[in-house]
Amino acid sequence: MPETHRLYVKGKHLAHQRGKRNSHPGVSLIQIEGVSSPMEAQFYFGKRVAYVYRAKKEIKGSKIRVIWGKITRSHGTSGVVRAKFRSNLPPKTFGASVRIMLYPSNI
Amino acid sequence: MSAVTKEIGGASNGGKRVIPANKASKWYPAEDIPALKKARKTAVRHAVLRESLKPGAVLIILAGRFRGKRVVLLKALEDGTLLVTGPFKVNGVPLRRVNAAYVIATSTVVDIASVDVSSFSAAYFAHEKKSKKEGEAEFFGDEEKKQKKVISEARIADQKAVDTALLAEIKKVPALKAYLASSFSLKKGDKPHLMKF
Repeated sequence: MPETHRLYVKGKHLAHQRGKRNSHPGVSLIQIEGVSSPMEAQFYFGKRVAYVYRAKKEIKGSKIRVIWGKITRSHGTSGVVRAKFRSNLPPKTFGASVRIMLYPSNI
Repeated sequence: MSAVTKEIGGASNGGKRVIPANKASKWYPAEDIPALKKARKTAVRHAVLRESLKPGAVLIILAGRFRGKRVVLLKALEDGTLLVTGPFKVNGVPLRRVNAAYVIATSTVVDIASVDVSSFSAAYFAHEKKSKKEGEAEFFGDEEKKQKKVISEARIADQKAVDTALLAEIKKVPALKAYLASSFSLKKGDKPHLMKF
């Protein structure tokens, strides 16, 4: 069995919060793998989220960069959640993977 | 206005004199100095940790250098952190503080009645103050400082003392040692919101 080291749950960055014609880039919608209802999503409220990406220029010894955020509340009835990041996630990340950490933990 | 009778020396001074015990002050400030409001805060109370964090519980560390490691909780320190040990020989985690928010408590508990942790407190783990003198010497000597950090003999001795007692208890439970040696990770299909830890 290959050893995994994953301590985060995978998720997708779906879109910004929006109505039909206006969007609010400050709030991102995240779909968490394996979560299909607001009851299930409740476990993840407050958990930190990281959007990890690579860049060509090395900063402080690394080419990997992170935008941190946290899951704030549920969105809709199918388990999607809203998240706010330190700086808004750009629209080119729609469909990109996002890491939902298991901390701050309450278990 | 309590008065005190004092004896006085000297032949023609009357022998005794009545003096007020609390003298009126010679100086009064021009404006009244406002009195500070009385603080209603009482002494800082020790924060209550969640129920699952009992001494002896096996914890999963979620972040930091030892992320994924399963570790034994020894006690809660006064500064709100948890004192934890691998044990060192089992998974390389020394006596260390860990923040309760970065930990998942499992339902596995080890009996630590025989382990003596009374000597450990937040002060034991406080950083040693670096001397701020020798500005330039330090700057040039930086490369030398990157040598291996020396762990004090006291720490090693304390680690050994706690771990030998703890390992004796761990050996009594089948597979517990291997469990502590293994790391936690999420596998495909795992749903932490449904998992029972």
